[in-house]
Amino acid sequence: MARPLYAVISLRGISGAAIAIAVILPVMIGVVHSALAGFGHMALLGARGPDLDAWRTLLGQPGLWRAVAVSLWTGVAATMISMGLAFGAVAALQDRVSWLRRVLAPLLAAPHAALAIGLAFVIAPSGWIARGLAVGLGWDRPPELATVGDPWGLALILGLVLKEVPFLIVILLGASTQIAMREQMAAGRALGYGRAAVWLWVLVPQLWPLIRLPVMAVLAFSMSVVDTALILGPSNPPTLSVMVARLFADPDLRAMLPASSGALLQLGLTAMAMGLLWAGASVAGIFARAAMRRGVRLRGLDAWLAVPALLLAGLLFLVVLSLAVLALWSVTFTWRWPDPWPQRLSMAAWQGRAGWLSAAQTAFFIALASSGIALILAIGWLEGGDRAGRHGLRGWMRAAVALPLLLPQLSVLIGLSGLLLRLEMAPMIAVVWGHVLFVFPYVMIALAGPWAALDPRMQRTAAALGAGPWRRLLRVKLPVLLAPLMLAAALGFAVSIAQYLPTMFLGGGRVATLTTEAVALSSGSDRRVAAVHATLQAGLPWLVYLAALILPAVIHRNRRALKGEAS
Amino acid sequence: MSLKLSRLSVRAPDGATLFAGLDLTVVAGEVATVTGPSGAGKSTLLDAIGGHLSPGFHVTGRVFLDGRDVTDLPAEARGIGVMFQQAVLFPHLSVADNLAFGLSPAIRGRLARRMAVAEALAQAGLDGMGARDPATLSGGQRARAALMRTLLADPKAVLLDEPFSALDPGRRHDIREFVLATIRRSRIPALLVTHDRQDADAAGGPVVALT
Repeated sequence: MARPLYAVISLRGISGAAIAIAVILPVMIGVVHSALAGFGHMALLGARGPDLDAWRTLLGQPGLWRAVAVSLWTGVAATMISMGLAFGAVAALQDRVSWLRRVLAPLLAAPHAALAIGLAFVIAPSGWIARGLAVGLGWDRPPELATVGDPWGLALILGLVLKEVPFLIVILLGASTQIAMREQMAAGRALGYGRAAVWLWVLVPQLWPLIRLPVMAVLAFSMSVVDTALILGPSNPPTLSVMVARLFADPDLRAMLPASSGALLQLGLTAMAMGLLWAGASVAGIFARAAMRRGVRLRGLDAWLAVPALLLAGLLFLVVLSLAVLALWSVTFTWRWPDPWPQRLSMAAWQGRAGWLSAAQTAFFIALASSGIALILAIGWLEGGDRAGRHGLRGWMRAAVALPLLLPQLSVLIGLSGLLLRLEMAPMIAVVWGHVLFVFPYVMIALAGPWAALDPRMQRTAAALGAGPWRRLLRVKLPVLLAPLMLAAALGFAVSIAQYLPTMFLGGGRVATLTTEAVALSSGSDRRVAAVHATLQAGLPWLVYLAALILPAVIHRNRRALKGEAS
Repeated sequence: MSLKLSRLSVRAPDGATLFAGLDLTVVAGEVATVTGPSGAGKSTLLDAIGGHLSPGFHVTGRVFLDGRDVTDLPAEARGIGVMFQQAVLFPHLSVADNLAFGLSPAIRGRLARRMAVAEALAQAGLDGMGARDPATLSGGQRARAALMRTLLADPKAVLLDEPFSALDPGRRHDIREFVLATIRRSRIPALLVTHDRQDADAAGGPVVALT
């Protein structure tokens, strides 16, 4: 063909190879290493398997089966509740979509750990809610009720739901633009169906395949999360993920073997839960179709749509409360029970700068580096695809970016850190790389849509004017895509700031970020210092998002055709 | 200058052959017209000539520009300008910068380049609009700006992909006259794809009907 060979081979080939080698293969190798070590084979420790000793040690851990049950229960419950609420809220508020998007966007940037710490400060026996009740009910001491770390994991479920509902709503809003929602709603209602019925019989079955992947990612995350489970989850026994992470942190290197078995168990448990969810959805679909064939109009159900809307309002209120109490605790000097407000405010916790400043700098550097690398990889792949005439996200890359999102982080990272023991990589480099593994998929997915939506005639026009591929990229494509590029980078930044396990496991305890510090401090006695770290952890991504929104708007302030691409 | 197509045909990815073996010569200052029903491959023909075909399409035959075979060159090396139905102005650049993007690098020096752009704007009746956001121009203004941008690149041929059909009927006549007159004055061959009988009549050159 007329296309010069270098344009096909170089960019797509190089970026594809870079992504495969730096991101996709390590994720798979991590799992493979976990599998080998889990069955007693780890040459570095002189362990030559296969044998079942590691499994015996793991199964001998006290409370293991309860930990497995708690992980399954909290993960599945959090996912189902989040999904149900997200569908219900979008159905109830579908005429206020732009409002919903605007309210949720700033909340999405808050990392799990910060939100969990804030929530603990709100719902703990000595927290804000109990203080409010104490004044009215005349309690003279905090109630003896385990509202955080309860054995059933209810606080953990609430903490996960708080974060996942806004995420799934945003995903749903994105998916709903791919189907003719308004027209189908009108058609359904004209046939006498209520809004809720149109959702159940018509829209949900179409939207489910579109959001299945993000829902599975939510499930994998919820079942295997460590930071949130440490803060809000039950402690004795904890969730499986926390139990395995503790085994891993054992100074005795031989504990790597049962920890690897645990990583495998986590993987199997997650796969089983995904299978359950998939099967459950299929069965629900069969029942729904049967009900639909009877022509059930369900008009009475519409009144109930107020329930998810109210629950969403309650959740958002709780999120705001959690973030506010973090900021308040960070400037508190003394705050006695049961006062609803601190006696004295002070900047003391902020002035003890040594701790948070270096953690913030480290977190900022890692987030900047990992989101920058992820952005360059994504641009390389997408541009290479354009040059080869294969636009957007397809082929093996489509499956590959999903991989780091669907595998439990724990299962990947235990294996990877076992490998790193041998490579002797500098901890900082290992951590940045570990972040790239999980930042890249988000950046790629966020960028692929706007990139593919670019008018191809713009490139042809530029080529017809004599602009070669690099000039087209630098002078036309990237400037036109400035807003989505910035948003993708900001998303990557936020994802990196929120990472806990990659920093802990690959940094060998020598790299301290806002997240690792906040989680470590959350179990300590000084709420103020923990609040400082958590406030920064929530605030930093938010500021970066703000910059990502403002910068393109300022640069393109006189360019009407580029407005509104940010949303 | 001339544009010559010699036994040109394109095989689509599905195996279908479009316009089997097309022969056509367009001389300088002449505007040839390609007509035909939707799906006849009018746009594909322009893509094949301009070098914009997606991979998977296979070209046989040759495209000559001033006697030079350009069939195997990438689009940016052919020197063939394109104008689309919706004048595709780059949304992030001002009107003047859009024209400057096209302006041939042979014109050197800030002042000379700025003068060339200003002159082109004046020719198109767009004086003083250089700093404007392209999104604020009317359809006719956009079409004229796109044409001037195309011509500033010093093309050896121009392809016009239904450039008038998105314009409202009142303006259509004026813009068409402007575009055709400007191309004739530039002494370059042009190929116009259109549905409209009047466009073909106004172009005055040879007419190719695809079926």
